[in-house]
Amino acid sequence: MQSLSLKVSYAPFVRSTDTIEKVMYNVAIALAPATLLSVYFFGWRALVVHVVAIASCIFFEWVSDLIRKKQTQCLDGSAFVTGLLLGLNVPSSLPIWMVIIGSFVAIVISKQLFGGIGFNIFNPALVARVFLLISFPVEMTNWPIPFSVDMQTAASPLGLLKTDGLEAIAQIDTWRATYGEITGSLGETSVIALLLGAVWLLFKRYITLTIPLSFILSTFAFTGIFYLIDPTTYASPVFHLITGGLILGAFFMATDMVTSPLAFRGQLIFGLGCGLLTAIIRLWGGYPEGVSFAILIMNAFVPLLDNWDLSAERKVKKDQEAKN
Amino acid sequence: MKTFKFGGIHPPENKLTEEKAIEVMPIPKDLAVPLAQHLGKPAKPIVKAAQKVKKGEIIGEADGFISAHVHAPTSGKIKSIKSHPHPSGQYAPTVFMESDGQDEWLEGLNVEEPDWKSLSKETIVERIKKAGIVGMGGAGFPTNVKLSPPKDKTVDTIILNGAECEPFLTSDHRLMLEEPEGIVEGLKIICSVFDNKVQACIGIEENKKDAIDKLKKTVEGTDIKIIGLETKYPQGAEKQLINAITGRELVEGELPFDKGCIVHNVATAFAIYEAVCKNKPLIERILTISGIEIDKRKNLKAVVGTKFCDIMDYWDETISGKVNQVITGGPMMGKAQYTFDTPVTKTSSGLLFINNQQLETSQERTCIRCGKCVDACPQELQPWLFANLAQQKDFDELNEFGLFNCTECGSCTYVCPSKREIVHWIKYAKVIINTRKNRKSA
Repeated sequence: MQSLSLKVSYAPFVRSTDTIEKVMYNVAIALAPATLLSVYFFGWRALVVHVVAIASCIFFEWVSDLIRKKQTQCLDGSAFVTGLLLGLNVPSSLPIWMVIIGSFVAIVISKQLFGGIGFNIFNPALVARVFLLISFPVEMTNWPIPFSVDMQTAASPLGLLKTDGLEAIAQIDTWRATYGEITGSLGETSVIALLLGAVWLLFKRYITLTIPLSFILSTFAFTGIFYLIDPTTYASPVFHLITGGLILGAFFMATDMVTSPLAFRGQLIFGLGCGLLTAIIRLWGGYPEGVSFAILIMNAFVPLLDNWDLSAERKVKKDQEAKN
Repeated sequence: MKTFKFGGIHPPENKLTEEKAIEVMPIPKDLAVPLAQHLGKPAKPIVKAAQKVKKGEIIGEADGFISAHVHAPTSGKIKSIKSHPHPSGQYAPTVFMESDGQDEWLEGLNVEEPDWKSLSKETIVERIKKAGIVGMGGAGFPTNVKLSPPKDKTVDTIILNGAECEPFLTSDHRLMLEEPEGIVEGLKIICSVFDNKVQACIGIEENKKDAIDKLKKTVEGTDIKIIGLETKYPQGAEKQLINAITGRELVEGELPFDKGCIVHNVATAFAIYEAVCKNKPLIERILTISGIEIDKRKNLKAVVGTKFCDIMDYWDETISGKVNQVITGGPMMGKAQYTFDTPVTKTSSGLLFINNQQLETSQERTCIRCGKCVDACPQELQPWLFANLAQQKDFDELNEFGLFNCTECGSCTYVCPSKREIVHWIKYAKVIINTRKNRKSA
């Protein structure tokens, strides 16, 4: 009989091929249509923003792991996705050094300081976006017009609505806004490209429809109610659906595994809350766009929602015990 | 097509040996028969060194209510009784014997007695007990105990488990193809033990179409139902099988008969048939010998007590260096072996040679809260939380979330993208909590 080196471990001895890398790079694949389209619309400058955002995110991840004396996992895809999302959330004209500051805030402050992957409470890319928006309000709201050679800028549709009212947005073509030839953050303009990516994630079962649907439907319903009450002051819900970061936020940011609730009930409330806050900020807030703020605020509720679900479970168990 | 309500996974089936007929392995010269092949107390040895025994003679007597007899797998001489490695990974008292090559049955055993209908219920249960039959699905619960539920419980459904949901394993599948009459006869015997009328059914996963057809043909004219089940792990786990077939749900702490059900493995039913109609004690076991990295895969019938090294000698296969783990049972719930000295027991369903890349390539990473384990858990638990709390040693909290409802089926660990050893942490927590409880009561 031949000798074999036998190793002992605990069952199960077979594992699925899923890894963190696979999850993260599938999100990246899902974001590819929107990313490519942004380069098509906004030119080489968009490409520079994407490359710098991704590279600096991976760099900061590597440095943080070095300082924390951990074996570095900077290529596990999560920093890549954070960088990609950050790039998709800023205008293409944003100065490069601001992009790098954004990456620093995303990776070091909102992720690594909380303990690294899996421990962050807030979506890193969104924290960075909001940080940039508050620190550099001018640069962050200078939206280049698609296909403009000399970086001509204009207000975003939601910005127009806020400052100039309903008449100003009347000339915005719905179809153009749907396929994405409008001003806005790099990744949020094309609803079609984003939905294409969302279908991929749904097909791969990395996300479920609970959060995106409850998010979008509640925004739609809430803005719709006010549109019905007074169509002369409030924009139509379709306009709210196809402009701004609603689709990007609902399918790619609110569904972030680490910062969203685990159970169905929590996810539903999370999505509804995001939608409601988005609509409230858009209709009456100081900022034209509210998706980022809404998701971040609801991120803070996630531990509460999760605990609520778990204590409900505990109660069921206690009742069962009492019955026995 | 029926299935259980919550969770479940579908690992690659890898049923590589389903076409291979059962091969009988010659009895090796040296045997090591463990006295603990069942749940409960190990059997008490009633033989001494140098004593001669016949095939089928009781060498270990059931010790207490939940225990089972152990028989000599062949005729020969007892060499010694000592502690020896057991497939569970621990040491267990084991009877060593040397075969005399005659393979001579004890008088009165292995005689045909097909007319079991004239036997009284007590005689049938007594015969099953005498034959040392235990649940052959893996747990090894003494069958005669399962057949005598408490008086205040009514059993209305008998389920035979032919799901064989573990990847690789095909021993039950082959048995269903080759001995369908015996299995059905065994099922009828089980039903006859109960005073009231019981519904008998056999649950088989849909990936064993031929077995379903064969058994359907065999049960024609009776009211036994053959039920096709979706191919999904853990379809063959007791609670999941009851849920799939009857729709009933067992809550924590409940046993199948609390919900009017009794589940037996098909191999157990066949053993019951052999015990009652042929007077044969349980001394044989069908094992699937398989693995992706090996060539000569087979379904092997070996006597209990055959050491794995003897199987390897008989099998005569050169194993590539890629194999780094040898497992008894299936890859989801089996046990890794550290030596080939361990013997075949009544509950060994397979011997798998596996290249577990997990061991070399990766390490546990942090939970990214993807929720896959929650979706996969057939018991509706929160596996990620168990692993977290066990790592933080928060054992009191753990108990409150139904830790002991976990059947350790491994689905959560299978799906985890962070490759966390969730089942390991759950097992660890269970051991600690139990030790503390025992210390308190002592």
